[in-house]
Amino acid sequence: MIRTPLRPLARVLDARQKGENPDAIERENLRIRHEQMRDRMRLRAEGRLLVLAIMFFGAFSVIGARMGMLSASEPTEPRAAATGASIIASRADITDRQGRVLATNMSTHSLYAHPQQIYRKEQAVAALTEIFPDLDGEALLKRFKDPKRKFMWIRKKLSPEQMQAVHDIGEPGLLFGPREMRLYPNGALAAHVLGGASFGREGVHSAEVIGTAGIEKYFDEELRDPAREGAPLQLSIDLSVQAASERVLDAGMKLMNAKGAASVLMDVHTGEVISIASLPDFDPNDRPRPPTQGSPSDSPLFNRAVQGVYELGSTFKIFAAAQAMELGLVGPQTVIDTAPPFKVGGHRIGEFNNHNYGPISVEKIIVKSSNRGTGKMALAIGTQRQQDFLKSLGFFEATPLEIVEAQGGAPLLPKRWTDLSSVTISYGHGLSTSPLHLAAGYAAIANGGRVVRPTLLKQDGPQHGPRVLSEASAAASRTMLRKVVTEGTASFGEVPGYHVGGKTGTADKPKERGGGYYSDKTITTFAAIFPAHDPKYVLIVTLDEPVETSGTKPRRTAGWTAVPVAAEMIGRIAPLLGLRPQHDRGQLERIIETSQ
Amino acid sequence: MTEMVYGTVPVKGGEPILPKWWRTVDKWSLSCILMLFGTGILLGFAASVPLAERNGLATFHYVQRQVVFGGAALVAMALVSMLSPIVVRRLAVLGFLVSFVALALLPFFGTDFGKGAVRWYSLGFASLQPSEFLKPMFVIASAWLMAAGQQLGGPPGRLYSFFLMVAIVLMLAMQPDFGQASLVLFGWGVMWFVGGAPMLLLLGLAGLVVLAGMVAYNNSQHFARRIDGFLNPEVDPTTQLGYATNAIQEGGFFGVGVGEGQVKWSLPDAHTDFIIAVAAEEYGLILVLAIIALYTTIVVRSFFRLMRERDPFIRLAGTGLAATFGVQAMINMGVAVRLLPAKGMTLPFVSYGGSSLIAGGLAVGMLLAFTRVRPQGEIGDILRGRLR
Repeated sequence: MIRTPLRPLARVLDARQKGENPDAIERENLRIRHEQMRDRMRLRAEGRLLVLAIMFFGAFSVIGARMGMLSASEPTEPRAAATGASIIASRADITDRQGRVLATNMSTHSLYAHPQQIYRKEQAVAALTEIFPDLDGEALLKRFKDPKRKFMWIRKKLSPEQMQAVHDIGEPGLLFGPREMRLYPNGALAAHVLGGASFGREGVHSAEVIGTAGIEKYFDEELRDPAREGAPLQLSIDLSVQAASERVLDAGMKLMNAKGAASVLMDVHTGEVISIASLPDFDPNDRPRPPTQGSPSDSPLFNRAVQGVYELGSTFKIFAAAQAMELGLVGPQTVIDTAPPFKVGGHRIGEFNNHNYGPISVEKIIVKSSNRGTGKMALAIGTQRQQDFLKSLGFFEATPLEIVEAQGGAPLLPKRWTDLSSVTISYGHGLSTSPLHLAAGYAAIANGGRVVRPTLLKQDGPQHGPRVLSEASAAASRTMLRKVVTEGTASFGEVPGYHVGGKTGTADKPKERGGGYYSDKTITTFAAIFPAHDPKYVLIVTLDEPVETSGTKPRRTAGWTAVPVAAEMIGRIAPLLGLRPQHDRGQLERIIETSQ
Repeated sequence: MTEMVYGTVPVKGGEPILPKWWRTVDKWSLSCILMLFGTGILLGFAASVPLAERNGLATFHYVQRQVVFGGAALVAMALVSMLSPIVVRRLAVLGFLVSFVALALLPFFGTDFGKGAVRWYSLGFASLQPSEFLKPMFVIASAWLMAAGQQLGGPPGRLYSFFLMVAIVLMLAMQPDFGQASLVLFGWGVMWFVGGAPMLLLLGLAGLVVLAGMVAYNNSQHFARRIDGFLNPEVDPTTQLGYATNAIQEGGFFGVGVGEGQVKWSLPDAHTDFIIAVAAEEYGLILVLAIIALYTTIVVRSFFRLMRERDPFIRLAGTGLAATFGVQAMINMGVAVRLLPAKGMTLPFVSYGGSSLIAGGLAVGMLLAFTRVRPQGEIGDILRGRLR
């Protein structure tokens, strides 16, 4: 840039010659430069002012447009904002194997308050305590009068009558929020399977329904998955069979003066659990709180069929016999001397009521339930092979059933597996498992030797698990089980037409504090398969501390307690399962045809 | 002869003041201001009734006060607009010094009226908010400094005005009064922009403002809550904003009817910060759009008239005044429609408030004084052949 000097020398010299003041030249030049600068500034300012004017005009227009949009929109009832992401309240239904609803959702309302909008606080509290007698009126009034409190929940769920009554109070500060509520229309039926649900994150508009126990918790994410689009979760449970089982089990438990009972009915081919019951039970619609005192295993929440691990007694004997036959150590008619003494590791092995069965066949050992006979087979099998076999049947770890409680049902194994352990475990002592474990074990014998995993989800076909027994050994075992009913300890188990086979088990209860067993408390179990010639189902019935008092002295064996209950149950549920009774010809001949 | 004896009769040069004023003043802007004032009274009838009732005063007590203060403001405006720019400048700079000192002394003599920010002097019959007066005065003082800085060999005016601005903004932010602080900052920025700020520096400043906002957000709960409330897409109905939004929706295009509005009973600031919500509810979109049009007319016309102005001081001062005036209205209405975060800011000439009315009158009077038609030396341009 070429700068013109304020005092050009030529002009200054010239002015001096003429006697003029050269400062005037400088002032003149300064003025001119100033004016030029001003013009430049003015032009720039003009442009920028135009920009400003346009910006202001635009901004005012935006405000006007926004006003117009707001005015054009419909006013909505003021609502408190739901915080964060919207809560997905939908939860898929749960149905039984025939699509009958076990758990569904119902629209209801929650009650909340904006205390600042409650005008007559005393009257409102009085009216509310009348509707909800369990509300603490004084505390409520105190919270209503707290000037800082803008919002509070009063009730999470309302019945329509309660809602109308609250509505009739007429207070604008008492408000209702829509809720999806989990409903179990069958009440306590299959309570331990379903578990229960409660509210998770809660907003005014909706609340999350989350599973708190059972299959609701196990499949919580899947049930809440919006991608599921409400497709119901279909279980293997059959509602009618479940209902019948529970009724019979409840009656049997009362009849036998037991304090608890459990039953498991399982399809031996598919592993589907058709019914599973544990008594006492509860209503999942109003799930009780976990007990704070006493043994948790006495709580109605406790699932005896899955969580309860017991020494299941003589029901285990068939595993020893089956394995011994599988290994070719014995055949059904191999005679084993069961006479005393039989000592293992310094311990004398006794029999029930100190019987002495003498030398008898393996079949008789099962039918008579001989401890010594089974123990000798276990010794022949050997510790390692026994462990492997029981492990392959799933007795070493918790059952894979699809409820959260299943993990709590881990078997109790001996710390050191000695020869004595092998012998006692062969007749069901020293190894505590759940009735569901036993059901899975019996299913393997019943279906011809394949392992099945119990499941609560409906299956399409048989599981085809790994083979642990040959067809022949399994069939021989089944014959023995059938004979237990026809001529052995489970004679009350005969259900005409259904060819029940099974094995009883009576185990003395161990003392809670350790130190031996109770002499007057037993766990009695009947593990049944039916029909024995081609088993479709396995049924386990377990009674806790039963006493049968019809005789001269109290009877606590499985044959007198668990077996009749199981028989009654089979008689009731077999028709429901679609099994036809198969009567012997001799009986059929007696039928008189009336249509002649 | 008489002249020889008694000397020349003192004859005033030029024409009489009032006719000249009427001829040169921006009559459009003037009418807009009068209409805004009228609207303020009209809305005062609606919006200030609940306040009067709460304070146990006569129903239209605050309307009367509004009329009194408004009248005073209009007189002040008229008088100021008759002054010549040079007189305006001198008085305003003096006023600036006074209000600057008053602002600085607020922490010692001021009162907060229980609102959490010391912004007022209590005078018994009325309260005085120095920052309201400081705003226009500061604009004039800054314009003067900047214009002086533009002269060859002049003082570094821009730098001085910048330091003044920083001092004022800091004092206002400490009250805390982020609304006024941002207005002062914005007014100064606009003047600087029009006064020829380098583009690069402007961008840098914008970045600084964002940074300052973030610091304020992180350090002031007061500030952070409002920003959060703004960013949350759902309106909490128990906040002022929720009520305001609902009121605008209730009003629709033609309003719910005079005196039928409900929002004024729920909003403690219905007569000041949220008066536009009252207008929208009772008179509908029609009145709101009219109010917006009035502000737009005043601001845009002033800018266009200032584009022809050759005196840099007048141009800068006018720009600053018009911009602060317009932005204040814009922020107030923008908050009500949730375009901007909640900020206590009155609607100039419409909201109730003594200080704000009179200060507004002075500001608008000065603006009118600056936008009067003046000879701009166009003849000289024509003679010099620089006609565009």
